[in-house]
Amino acid sequence: MADEVKLYAVGGSPFVCRVKIALNLKGIEYQNFEEDLSNKSADLLKYNPVYKKVPVLVHNGKPISESLVVVEYIDDVWKGVPILPQDPYEKAVARFWAKFIDDKCIPAIFKVFGSNGDKQAISEACEQLQILENELASKGNKFFGGDNINLVDITADFLAYWLEIIEEATEIKLVTKDKFPKITEWADNFVNCQVVKEILPPREHLLAFFRKRFGKA
Amino acid sequence: MVKEEVVLVNFWSSPFGSRVKIALEEKGIHYEYKEEDIFNKTSFLSTINPIHNKVPVLIHNQRFICESLNIVEYIDEAWTDRSPQFLPSDPLHRSQARFWADFIDKQLYEASKKIYRGKGEEEQVNGKKEVLRILKLMEGELGEKAFFGGDNLGFVDITLIPFYSRFYTWETFGKFSIEEECPNLVAWAKRCMQKQSVANSLPDPLKIYDYIVSFDKYYDK
Repeated sequence: MADEVKLYAVGGSPFVCRVKIALNLKGIEYQNFEEDLSNKSADLLKYNPVYKKVPVLVHNGKPISESLVVVEYIDDVWKGVPILPQDPYEKAVARFWAKFIDDKCIPAIFKVFGSNGDKQAISEACEQLQILENELASKGNKFFGGDNINLVDITADFLAYWLEIIEEATEIKLVTKDKFPKITEWADNFVNCQVVKEILPPREHLLAFFRKRFGKA
Repeated sequence: MVKEEVVLVNFWSSPFGSRVKIALEEKGIHYEYKEEDIFNKTSFLSTINPIHNKVPVLIHNQRFICESLNIVEYIDEAWTDRSPQFLPSDPLHRSQARFWADFIDKQLYEASKKIYRGKGEEEQVNGKKEVLRILKLMEGELGEKAFFGGDNLGFVDITLIPFYSRFYTWETFGKFSIEEECPNLVAWAKRCMQKQSVANSLPDPLKIYDYIVSFDKYYDK
């Protein structure tokens, strides 16, 4: 029986793109259902009643939600290019960093733009970014996953692409090459990965969206 | 056979540390317990958890694993020869277990703190409402099963049950009865408490209450 894979998505979301990168990495074909978040589909509400959010992956009629849960699911189901290491300790390390990015880094960065560049918020976000910078510097690899992207790189997709666009839209600069050379280099490598490049939403759309969102249109 | 070094660094009241204790006990893994006073953190803690400087931390053959759910998954994967298996083998059921564990982890503790630390009555009442919403959702998810893991404790059981020690505190501060609102969930909790691993790992609810009442000067560490 052929696999039926559907993705309930908003193309511009970094959380959705995590899933798209994972699907692309494994070479999985899927049907994309673009959601209007101001008018959520009955399907989305049925498949994700707890959060009512995207992304939701529906595999042979069974829904899976929360982007990192979905990415691990994809890795569990479809063999091929691994997203997580095999070794239990290395896996724990990857999950630790993914959680750090998701729970600490990204919310701290959102706070910067949400507060219109409040100094305290910038300082806290830079603290979290410095931790990532140090991690990249200490390992000296192209990606968090080593020579190839893994769960951590995928989780950090927002930092590689969306962040720079929001910075341009708001004129608030967080990540400069001077301050965060490793993150800057990693970001460049990440967005140039074939499996990532293919699914990233167009820059102009995001820029216009963020300009409007942060009142700079 | 090489003797494995397994150390759990924890603070007695931490529900997150209890998760790890339960996991270790369920698998019958011998470990050394090290209490870390979170109001007087040692430099040892910052060595083993430099990013967060928090408990619990599992030390396994000189490697440090942090973040409670991460540790529980690690225990499940590093000791695959020991039953029970906390996460199902089937990817879909595994993803569902991860989803609910993540849901509890993200929401319950923060909501519960509002009940006893909320600024003003409105925040405290909101805390209670949120806690009940979460517990009712979990009760619905449990359904007719003995445990979230089926016949045995699973990942979701281990994630949620440590909060049972705090039910008395929440109920006393919030003036409500969790058993009245979620009878099946409380029945589940009592079933869990019949397991040695859980009974040995959860702090006394009255001790937790006294602790929470006494530390209003301190915040979470």
